[in-house]
Amino acid sequence: MKIFVTMPDGSTKTLEGTVGWQVMEIIKAAGIPIRAECGGACACATCHVYVDPAWLPKLPKAKPEEIDMLDMAMVVKDSSRLSCQVIFTPELDGLKLTIAPDSL
Amino acid sequence: MSAPAPITKAPAGESHSTDVVIIGAGPAGLFSVFELGLLDVKAHLIDILDRPGGQCAELYPEKPIYDIPGLPIVTGEELVDRLLQQIAPFGATFHLSQMAEALEKLPNGRWKVTTDAGTVVEAAVIVVAAGGGSFVPKKPPIPGIEEYEGKSVFYAVRKMEAFRDKNVVIVGGGDSALDWVLNLQPLAKKLTLVHHRDGFRAAQHSVNQMRELVAAGKMEFHIASVSALHGANGQLSSLTLNGKEKGDYDIPCEMMLPFFGLTMKLGPIADWGINLHENLVPVDTEKFESSTGGIFAIGDINTYPGKLKLILSGFHEAALMAQAAFRIARPGEKLRFQYTTSSSSLQKKLGVS
Repeated sequence: MKIFVTMPDGSTKTLEGTVGWQVMEIIKAAGIPIRAECGGACACATCHVYVDPAWLPKLPKAKPEEIDMLDMAMVVKDSSRLSCQVIFTPELDGLKLTIAPDSL
Repeated sequence: MSAPAPITKAPAGESHSTDVVIIGAGPAGLFSVFELGLLDVKAHLIDILDRPGGQCAELYPEKPIYDIPGLPIVTGEELVDRLLQQIAPFGATFHLSQMAEALEKLPNGRWKVTTDAGTVVEAAVIVVAAGGGSFVPKKPPIPGIEEYEGKSVFYAVRKMEAFRDKNVVIVGGGDSALDWVLNLQPLAKKLTLVHHRDGFRAAQHSVNQMRELVAAGKMEFHIASVSALHGANGQLSSLTLNGKEKGDYDIPCEMMLPFFGLTMKLGPIADWGINLHENLVPVDTEKFESSTGGIFAIGDINTYPGKLKLILSGFHEAALMAQAAFRIARPGEKLRFQYTTSSSSLQKKLGVS
C-alpha cells in the first residue's frame, strides 16, 4: 500500500503505508523531516499537509479540534489537513498529498 | 489539587552564582532540581517561556498523559504543578522569558551563562534540558518577510504606542490575534484582521467583541491569507491577500502582526561548541554528559543508542546526571546514596520531618 508524497520543492517520494498508523508517523518513519513537534497530539499544526483534491472526500472528516488547530498553520487551503489526525486504512492505498512548507 | 507551589523568580539583568544552571524548565529540568536538591546541589533554571513546564505548558496543558509512572492519568498542566510542588523545598531560582544566549568557560573552570535579557549565572555544571529547543514565534512563509521583521512586521507587541495612528493588520485566529485586535483597535488609525476562515479558536467573548467592531464599521475582517508584502527599506505599504472568492487583492498596511503560535528552534545552544548530531546532544548513558565535560544533556534534547523521547526517560536521566553533577560541584565530598523512605536527613530537606 502506497502514499505518494510531493515535497514543497516539487520532488516526489513513494512511501509504504502502514495500516493503523497516523499518516504523520508514516511520513516521519520514511525519513521525511516533518516537524510534528507535539508528537501527534493535534497540538501544534506542524504536520500540515495538502491532500490531493481527488482524495479529499475519501478521508474521514476533520474533527473540530483539528479544524481549530489548523488556525496555527500557514497558508491553509480547503485541502489542508493535519497528517497526525489522518489514520491510514486500506481504503487510502494510493493517497496523494503534498507536505506544506511550514511543516519542514 | 491545591494551588500550584510558588516559585522564586529572579528579575532580569541580575548576576548570580550557583552550582548548576539548567537550560529549560520542562519536566526533565524541573525534576533535575529535585534530584540535585537531595544531594544539596543548588540550581537555577532558564526558560524562554514565561512559566515553567516547557512543552507540557505550551503545547498540551489540557491533554491527558497516560505514561507517567504512578499517575495513570495526568494533564500536562497538572504534571507541571505536581513537579513544582515536589521541588518546592529546594528553592530553585527561575529566570523566565529569557533565552540562554552565550556560554563561556571561566579560567577557574566554572561556566558563565548569559541570557538575552542580560542575566548572568555562574555555575560549576550546565544541564541542557532544552527539549525540542526554544519556543519562538512561527514565521509565515511569505517571500521577503525577513526584510520587514523588527521594522514593520512584529511577532509580539512590546510597546502599544508604536501602533498608534498606524494602519495595522493582524493575521491569525487564536487568542493572541483576537486579544491584540481588541487592544490595538482603539489606538490604530485603521485595524484589519486577516484570517483564513470565518471561525476562531479564541475565547468566544473576544470573537463577539471583534464582530461588533466590524459591524459598527470600526475595523475590517478579511477571510483570506497574506500572499505577498509590498514596501521599501523594511517599511510595509501594502499586502496582497488571497481570498477564496475575491482571489488576489491588495490592502494598505504599515504594521503587520502575524500570530500563528510558537515553534521550537534549537537557538544559540548550537553555537556553544557542544557536539551535536541532527540538533541533538549525544551523551553517555552513565552520566548523560556531552562530549564537553561539565555540560550534561537530559530529556528530548539528548541522543544515545536506544533513546526514547518520553518524559519518564528524562526523569531517569536527571537522577543519574545529578550524581555526576554532585562530583563536579562538590569535589572531594563523599556522595551518600540514600532513600527518601528511610533517610531522616533527606526527609529534613524535604520538610517532612
